[in-house]
Amino acid sequence: MSVSETTEAPPRRTLTRRQRHRLVLGGEYAVFLAVVLAVVLLADWDTVRQNLANWDVARQLFPDIITVGLRNTVLYTLLAYAFGLAVGMVIAMLRLSSVPPYRWFAMAFVEVFRGLPALLIIIFVGFGIPFAFAIEIPGGVVGQITLALGMVAAGYMAETIRAGIEAVPRGQMEAARSLGMSYGRAMRSIIIPQAFRIIIPPLTNEMILLFKDSSLVLFLAVTLEQRELTKFGRDLTGQVGNTTPIVVAGLCYLLITIPLGYLVRRLDARQRRGQR
Amino acid sequence: MIEIHGLHKAFGSLDVLRGIDLEIAAGAVVCVIGPSGSGKSTLLRCVNLLEQPTTGRVLIGGTEVTDPECDIDAVRRRIGMVFQQFNLFPHLSALDNVAIAQRKVLRRPRREAGRIARENLDRVGLGDKAAAYPAQLSGGQQQRVAIARALAMGPEVMLFDEPTSALDPELVGDVLGVMRGLAMDGMTMLVVTHEMSFAREVADQVVFMDEGVIVEQGPPAQVIGDPSHERTRAFLARVLNPATAT
Ligand SMILES: Nc1ncnc2c1ncn2[C@@H]1O[C@H](COP(=O)(O)OP(=O)(O)O)[C@@H](O)[C@H]1O
Ligand SMILES: [Mg+2]
Repeated sequence: MSVSETTEAPPRRTLTRRQRHRLVLGGEYAVFLAVVLAVVLLADWDTVRQNLANWDVARQLFPDIITVGLRNTVLYTLLAYAFGLAVGMVIAMLRLSSVPPYRWFAMAFVEVFRGLPALLIIIFVGFGIPFAFAIEIPGGVVGQITLALGMVAAGYMAETIRAGIEAVPRGQMEAARSLGMSYGRAMRSIIIPQAFRIIIPPLTNEMILLFKDSSLVLFLAVTLEQRELTKFGRDLTGQVGNTTPIVVAGLCYLLITIPLGYLVRRLDARQRRGQR
Repeated sequence: MIEIHGLHKAFGSLDVLRGIDLEIAAGAVVCVIGPSGSGKSTLLRCVNLLEQPTTGRVLIGGTEVTDPECDIDAVRRRIGMVFQQFNLFPHLSALDNVAIAQRKVLRRPRREAGRIARENLDRVGLGDKAAAYPAQLSGGQQQRVAIARALAMGPEVMLFDEPTSALDPELVGDVLGVMRGLAMDGMTMLVVTHEMSFAREVADQVVFMDEGVIVEQGPPAQVIGDPSHERTRAFLARVLNPATAT
């Protein structure tokens, strides 16, 4: 279209396409430079460095921010992931059941846990359940965290697993059944291994989301030793009156999420190339 | 070996099988021919209950598989099935494709299952492909692995649903060769096929199906060589002489 515009343009003094492109590009660079200059000139750099990247404060954070904060974040994520995967698996099987009430239950479960904010579930598990039912969740705060974050993940995982199972061609189940395998045996040995190959990228993505959502447990009654990255960073920021701990905690998250995100893109690309 | 009595199968309001009676003696090879959509696959799938018949009875070696009390998984072990699309398990090597049901269903130890798997891969001429994955095999090789997979369970009956229809023409011969060998070894076989020369040579009986009924059945020389029904003649004219078909 633009080609015909330029070729059919009357011989007025119009810009060629190339000139117009240069002009737009130049404009974009000008805006960029102006913003950078404004930030550099207007910000009080000493205050910023003092508060966001204070080496003396940062040094004090180690090794506890790793051995307590990052360790607990990873621990809670893995516990919740394992729990969520197990529950998600069960819900996915119920969702595919030929018994209608099972399917209804699974559908309701997915809708509820996908539809609720993670924080609300965490508060409900941490304070609502002990209060309403007068029971202790086994495992104390760690048990609460596993249950709450696990349920947050389970709804999504159930749907992902179901989609993966349904993506395995029907002929696979028929071939397995025709060899005398029961439905459950065919699922375990033939269908689910193939389904998991398909859904490893979205399941890894779910781990990234869960890793970040684990910060929400700072609302629960964790001890000093049970603090994860976000609570650790917030507490220390309060103690030393400096924002550096939050920045370092943030870098710790990125240390995990960026490589995982890279892994997801690699796995995705490999799958799209149709390799096994 | 296989007895089918008054078999009906409907999908909703669509009557696909409308009263099939067929008996196959032990060691016999029966080829089913007929136009697409006539219910050939459905017939095969009713024999091992991949489809539940609407009415009628199916007996395998005297066991009534249509009896609601029948342990269908136990009966399916005695019936091998080979599909048009092979349906190999893509996440398993050729050897594991042939071994997995032996181990999980027959509870054979890993080594014994592996040995029997190798024997059956040898039998279909693929002893050197044990480690290959299905994606690394040609269609003809995949179909032969599928045959080995069924044979490794020691079936009394083999069902073939157009086993060569998805293959390039030059690969058809290998698969038919394996099937010919099986027939000579005395396997009871029910084969849906469009390979008329195979049917003529190997079949004891040829069954012509159309619109859910058996129109005509008998020895190949009769059904293929000298059909008595107009519908059979029209079908054979199309299959044997596609160029002149109208
Ligand atoms: N699961 C099914 N649900 C509904 N209709 C089916 C199903 N399977 C087969 N049919 C229909 O039954 C008829 C016979 O199919 P099929 O047995 O596959 O024929 P053939 O193998 O002779 O080509 C076709 O019209 C087909 O559309
Ligand atoms: Mg068919």
